[in-house]
Amino acid sequence: MSALFDHLPELWQGLVVTLQMTVVSFAGAVVVGLVIVAMRVGPVPVLRAVATVYVEVLQNLPLLVLLVLAVFGLPEIGLEAGLTTTAVVVIALYEGAYIAEALRSGVNAISAGQGEAARALGLTFGQSLRHVILPQALRTVVQPIGNIFIALTMNTSLAAAVGVVELTAAANRVNLLEAQPIPIFVGAGLAYAAIAACAGFVTGRLERRLAVAR
Amino acid sequence: MSTLLFDEPGPRARRRIRLATIAGVLVLLALLALAVRQFAANGQLAAERWQPYATWPMWRYLLGGLWSTALAAVVSAALAMAGGIALALGRLSRRRWVRFPSAAYVEAVRTIPALLLVYLVLFALPRYGLDLPLFWKLVVPLAVSNAAAFAEIFRAGIMSVERGQGEAALALGLTHAQSMRLVVLPQAARRVLPSIVSQSVGLLKDTSLGFVVSYTELLYSGKVLANYNGLLIQTYIVVALVYLVVNASLSALARFLDRSVAGGGGPGRRKITRVRR
Repeated sequence: MSALFDHLPELWQGLVVTLQMTVVSFAGAVVVGLVIVAMRVGPVPVLRAVATVYVEVLQNLPLLVLLVLAVFGLPEIGLEAGLTTTAVVVIALYEGAYIAEALRSGVNAISAGQGEAARALGLTFGQSLRHVILPQALRTVVQPIGNIFIALTMNTSLAAAVGVVELTAAANRVNLLEAQPIPIFVGAGLAYAAIAACAGFVTGRLERRLAVAR
Repeated sequence: MSTLLFDEPGPRARRRIRLATIAGVLVLLALLALAVRQFAANGQLAAERWQPYATWPMWRYLLGGLWSTALAAVVSAALAMAGGIALALGRLSRRRWVRFPSAAYVEAVRTIPALLLVYLVLFALPRYGLDLPLFWKLVVPLAVSNAAAFAEIFRAGIMSVERGQGEAALALGLTHAQSMRLVVLPQAARRVLPSIVSQSVGLLKDTSLGFVVSYTELLYSGKVLANYNGLLIQTYIVVALVYLVVNASLSALARFLDRSVAGGGGPGRRKITRVRR
């Protein structure tokens, strides 16, 4: 047990990095997801095709392959950024594909009358998306997006495999020093579980707040 | 296609679509040109840097990695599915002392990163005298974490089978276990088949953690190759393409099953199929 408390500062630092990566890459993923879904439900065939290919490619590649490609491959063509920055960007692009799919299922769940009514009122494509379709789509996908948030938190741990010292890597380092795996790994696991529990609590509250009677 | 958000375009909308098409194509071309420029400026387009991937020995090595990936994925999927069925049945059990631990397992494992489990098997278990072979160091954590996901899929499937099916089986004199095995589970398994395939794609993606374990599956083989021949970006691009082809085929299979097995609709909004007579 003392192994855990002696190294609390390192582990805490790791947890902070994990939280920062989670928040920044989730924000990025939401932006990517919104752009992709707007392209995918829009009337322009080329943009639809691009968005479809994007989602298909990103969902079928392992995140670790993307991370390795970005961290070890991109410097070869002269694109070099900080390790954590690279990881955050890759995770945002990867999870953005999942957010786009979740949003699309939300858009598809909206009855056609809503879009028709928006157009009958003279709203443009962008306006009807922003004022009518997306607000309703977001409500129906609170739970799936919460699940993506939890998966994203778990996925930030993969950055440890390419050298970012976040919670998983910090726990591993402390264990290599102390050789007390059980308390250290259980402690790290509990921290992840706590983040997931918070996310679950917030999505539960949000879902109840935003629920619309149909 | 979705006509939720736009009508048949009129002349003005057609003009706007044409403009957006041109803009989109231009942006794509610009990105492509930028990528080519970056590759060329750093000498990564040189033919001899791609040539090796047109030779059989390279592919033999990578396909060997792919074979190991498939092996690890199949074995851990089999274990995870067996565990998943057991956990799903446990969660639906009438006995609280079975229900509670199953639920606790599923909820706990769902919130622990697979990499943390890999580290646990890699660094913690040997300390307690359990030093697994390399293959199992990858398969065990994957099976442990995916069992929870499969459990939730099977539970949803079992709950989607109408109550009447189980009740009818009991009324015919089958025991509880028999009705589950002969009546409810076969129907549930059929309904969740598409979800099972897409979860298996996820599991196949997870086997890339072999990179950490240094089990020579596809990604780790790529790392070994890249360290050997120094063609970093070329190797990882080839590896990514192999993953893409395999996983996209499996995902297409999942979509095909989704359409054909249950007669349309995703798992969420599927209508319960009726028995035709």
